[in-house]
Amino acid sequence: MSELRLLALYPDQMNIYADRGNVLFLQHRCEWRGIGFSYAAAGIGEEFDPEAHDLIYIGGGQDRDQRMVAADLVATKRDAIKAAIAGGVAGLAVCGGYQLLGSSYELGEERIEGLGVAALHTVREPGPRLIGNVSIEVDVGSGPRVLAGFENHGGRTYVDSGGEALGRVLHGHGNNGRDGLEGIVRGNLIGTYLHGPLLPKNAWLADELIARALEHREGARPELEPLDDRLEDAAHADAERAAERG
Amino acid sequence: MSSPRRSRLFAAKVAGARAIGALSRRSGRGGGTTLPGRVLLRAAPDAISRLGARLTGPRTVLSATNGKTTTAGMLASALHAAGRDPVHNRAGSNMAWGVATALIEGRGDEGLFEVDEAWLPQVVDELDPTLLVLGNLFRDQLDRYGELERLADEWAEVIAAREGRTGLVLNADDPLIADLGRDRDLRRRDGVTFFGIEDPSQALPELQHAFDAKHCRRCGSPYAYERAFVGHLGHYTCPNCGADRPAPDVSATGIELHGIAGSSFRVRTPDGDLDVELPLPGLYNVYNALAAVAAAGRLGVPGDRIREGLHSVRAAFGRVETIPVGDRSLSILLIKNPAGANEVLRTLRLEADRSGEGLDVWTALNDRIADGRDVSWIWDADFEILGEAVRRVHCTGTRAAEMALRLKYAGWPTDRIVVADGIGPSLDRALDDSAGRLFALPTYTALIELRTLLSRRGLATEFWR
Repeated sequence: MSELRLLALYPDQMNIYADRGNVLFLQHRCEWRGIGFSYAAAGIGEEFDPEAHDLIYIGGGQDRDQRMVAADLVATKRDAIKAAIAGGVAGLAVCGGYQLLGSSYELGEERIEGLGVAALHTVREPGPRLIGNVSIEVDVGSGPRVLAGFENHGGRTYVDSGGEALGRVLHGHGNNGRDGLEGIVRGNLIGTYLHGPLLPKNAWLADELIARALEHREGARPELEPLDDRLEDAAHADAERAAERG
Repeated sequence: MSSPRRSRLFAAKVAGARAIGALSRRSGRGGGTTLPGRVLLRAAPDAISRLGARLTGPRTVLSATNGKTTTAGMLASALHAAGRDPVHNRAGSNMAWGVATALIEGRGDEGLFEVDEAWLPQVVDELDPTLLVLGNLFRDQLDRYGELERLADEWAEVIAAREGRTGLVLNADDPLIADLGRDRDLRRRDGVTFFGIEDPSQALPELQHAFDAKHCRRCGSPYAYERAFVGHLGHYTCPNCGADRPAPDVSATGIELHGIAGSSFRVRTPDGDLDVELPLPGLYNVYNALAAVAAAGRLGVPGDRIREGLHSVRAAFGRVETIPVGDRSLSILLIKNPAGANEVLRTLRLEADRSGEGLDVWTALNDRIADGRDVSWIWDADFEILGEAVRRVHCTGTRAAEMALRLKYAGWPTDRIVVADGIGPSLDRALDDSAGRLFALPTYTALIELRTLLSRRGLATEFWR
């Protein structure tokens, strides 16, 4: 039996928008297909083996927790994360976790060093937090698809030269509310401001991550057994409609 | 100083706003709990402080993420039992205009106001309360309130500014609240009453997913939890800086939960013990009752009147109300954030275990502004604990499909999940399908829709009456 080994980074701190919904979603969709699922977590001060996982997840946190996590990421996990990315491990970074992928981000007056594993940086600009339903058009290799969800961020993120945005904003704010871009993609690593439980609203992305993780594990991309996704499709359609309404 | 002319002008504005309220109620269109206040605040932005200054008796302000309306109702019930009749925004309209409306329409020299968490600093500033009751802070509608830490910081500023002028009733078991009762050197502030639960048998078997105070407010170290009762409310210490749970002055022991019917427990107070029979369910209502007992004590209500008030308290609008509908009964339990929803789910689980029968459930998840437009929170609530205990669930509301999906991934059998558009048709079908009793779990705006629907059918009085 094949198995997906998930690593959640800082689940105690980076879980402010019900990020566990993503883990739950992946777990059930593996189990319903007879794919094994194992869950591991790495918190503050804990190192991890970059070869022992197929999918890495990091969510969003409160400012204070995020500051603590940023320092710890750089101190105890940066090398392992770089090795994992180089080895083709799939990754999903959401909201605050997404900001931490970049070279730096600003919190109040302070400039905080990020992981530097994706070509982006995050700054503060005058203006309100960017909050609301959002949808983006994405093509991660399987044709154009829509990601729909909710964003709530004060930081403005810019993709640096050499970097590739995850998608184009259809409705909502995206990375910075200006350039119409949203998220980042680098190989099997995806970062996005669509926060919290975005996978339940976008089952196709969950399955894409599962396929990539298993490809990492087994060397060949598997054909995933289709599931009865009527509720998943309806929830996706509602999220898209909510973004259209603004 | 206001001139006689300005006073006459203000009186005319108040009278005008009052007339608008009467008119709006007579027309049956609703809105009577906020409209007069909105009108008056537009004409006289300082109306709350001017009307508030006319209250010569105690002015109590109460806030929390969960339990504001219920706790205020309990406290009002205790005051009524003692023959007192405060000016009170009893319908739960708790932003500035709701407070202003109560001030316009209420009579009496004493005030009791529940206030929205984000509005608290402004309303406290204007109302100059003599007593401030703070129950809990949980993650809730982050799109509207922002981060919890920031809200706690704002409250801390309010308290520091009120030092010596306002008494405090604080939850010892919520570290975000308890810490407000101590100064920078960890010394207890003057005029604080702490309340908390002292019954280890009621502890949760494990910490819940939505756990909002892992790290010390003061030093950032992880709290050590000996036990938790509701979300992050419990017995904790900070091993690093010593910001431990304060010993409560008012505490509950010997708690027995009787499913949806309510609970019984003993309350220790500085003035003696009270044996309380509470007709509202769940540990969260024990916390609400403790806040009410502590506040009533500070307001000079005798123990036997407090007890009587709690015994006769009625459920607030949509908080475990039960309404007969034909030969079925409908129990309404508002859900709006993970901590509150978890307590509702725990109560339903107890009910299922007691009755030994499958539950019939109806949910209505809306994503309007008053609900929080972000429905992510449902993935943080522990719907897993009901699972097999549910006979059938009907899902409606603007985000019905996402709720259905949440229940599917919580292990509720999909052949028992029905998704339908429209509050009315969906409710009727759920009632028809039910074996006798239907548990309705609406979010806030869905609750208002439900209530309007029921009153149109003559089944419930309009909430603003």
